[in-house]
Amino acid sequence: MIGGLSNFSVRFVKEVFLPPYEIEQVRKHMIELGMKTLPIVGVTGFIIGLVIAMQLSPVLKRFGAEAFLPGSVGISIVRELGPVICALIFAGRVSSGIGAELGSMRVTEQIDAMEVSGVNPFRYLVVTRIFATTFILPILTVYVIFISLIGAYIAVVLVQNMTWAYYIDRVIFAVEFGDAIPGVSKTFVFGFIVGLVGTYKGYTAENGTEGVGKASTSAVVVSSLLILIFDMVLVKLTLWIWPTVK
Amino acid sequence: MDLAHGEVMVEIKDLYKSFNSNTVLDGVSFTVTEAENMIVFGRSGTGKSVLLKCMIRLMEPDAGSVFIQGKDVLKLDLKELNELRKDIGFLFQGAALYDSMSVRENLEFPLIRNFDLDKNEIDKRVHFVLEAVSLLEAIDKMPSELSGGMKKRIGLARSIITKPKLMLYDEPTTGLDPITSKEISALITELQHALKMTSIVVTHDLLCAKIIADRAIILDGGKIVKEGSINDLTTSNDPLLKNFFSDEIIETNGSLK
Repeated sequence: MIGGLSNFSVRFVKEVFLPPYEIEQVRKHMIELGMKTLPIVGVTGFIIGLVIAMQLSPVLKRFGAEAFLPGSVGISIVRELGPVICALIFAGRVSSGIGAELGSMRVTEQIDAMEVSGVNPFRYLVVTRIFATTFILPILTVYVIFISLIGAYIAVVLVQNMTWAYYIDRVIFAVEFGDAIPGVSKTFVFGFIVGLVGTYKGYTAENGTEGVGKASTSAVVVSSLLILIFDMVLVKLTLWIWPTVK
Repeated sequence: MDLAHGEVMVEIKDLYKSFNSNTVLDGVSFTVTEAENMIVFGRSGTGKSVLLKCMIRLMEPDAGSVFIQGKDVLKLDLKELNELRKDIGFLFQGAALYDSMSVRENLEFPLIRNFDLDKNEIDKRVHFVLEAVSLLEAIDKMPSELSGGMKKRIGLARSIITKPKLMLYDEPTTGLDPITSKEISALITELQHALKMTSIVVTHDLLCAKIIADRAIILDGGKIVKEGSINDLTTSNDPLLKNFFSDEIIETNGSLK
């Protein structure tokens, strides 16, 4: 599978620069995938923010560091939790959907029909979706971070008397440029992974409807796993590039 | 049997295709002349669909050559192949309509992508082919709203909308009831005559073959075992053919008896 995925990504790189550029298809997929995922990542982000603040509050209190609650929550969400949780939810929602959609097109010969009609199905179906997932995930991540911070604020208000303005001020004070940029930037890689694995699994599906089910399931499993592995690598890389970050 | 249709449109020479140890095409050779309707007969799993797919490189054969309109298909680069494919229509077994597009969008798709036509011309062609398959009322429907027979008709309309010179049909009547099957076969013949296309029809439906065929070949074990007119083949005393066609008659529910 690793060889297949590598060849698939090499083919993507070869095809992505060749005309015709399917800008309208990319735009359509971005809107569709973004709208489809917006509610679920929003709810998840809100709950994660709330829970993190609730969990951190007594711990910080134990060390007499309650004043650091907004900053700690902000850094956790911006650097790690926001991007990774958003990417994992996105993988579950989108990668499986793409795997099932393209898998179904493959087994019902729709991809062959496209090829026979002189259209390059790889460019039309695969390149556009990978492009869309790569660029929509960072946007969703920024949204999730914002929603998570709102969730965390609600938890903070329950235990401390703190205004929204003061809370945000403390978050902004604690979160540096070196926290936000790597946090959001790595979601471009996660988005690429989701698109790549979903399209690969769907495009290469075989054995009828059983194959479609397998493509859909394994797309989620593989993309989630790759997101976590790449997160590990990217965190290390980020700390190497920005060694002075908090 | 009428072989005097004109120039050779398709020439297949010693085509081989295997999947692991399973040899599906074992040196298949034949020619089809312009405006001829040729049937490729064979039981399920004898490589009929593989043969069609190898002809237009949806699958790569292991050896042999395929010439369409004098062009060596297996040696064409992707751009040249796509140019050639514009002259070829393909009706898939399940019609292969794009699920996410309406009937109109399905029909417009090959025109918009491959030809520099204005909106009026595209509309004209869409209406023409829908009228030809008697489904103009389905123009704004989605494929999921169509019956199996309607899907086949729309698939046929999409295949002919580019005015191909060669039509390839993969089991055009499979999964249809005998009446719809007969209607589809008659429609194929009607369109063949109207548009003067060459066609290769892969099927195991004898009724369909009787309606469409000028000539037929029988594929068995990856090889062509017999070739001739459909009447010659069905009335032959050859034990292999007798056995083959008696099975086919049973499959078509005795409708030819």
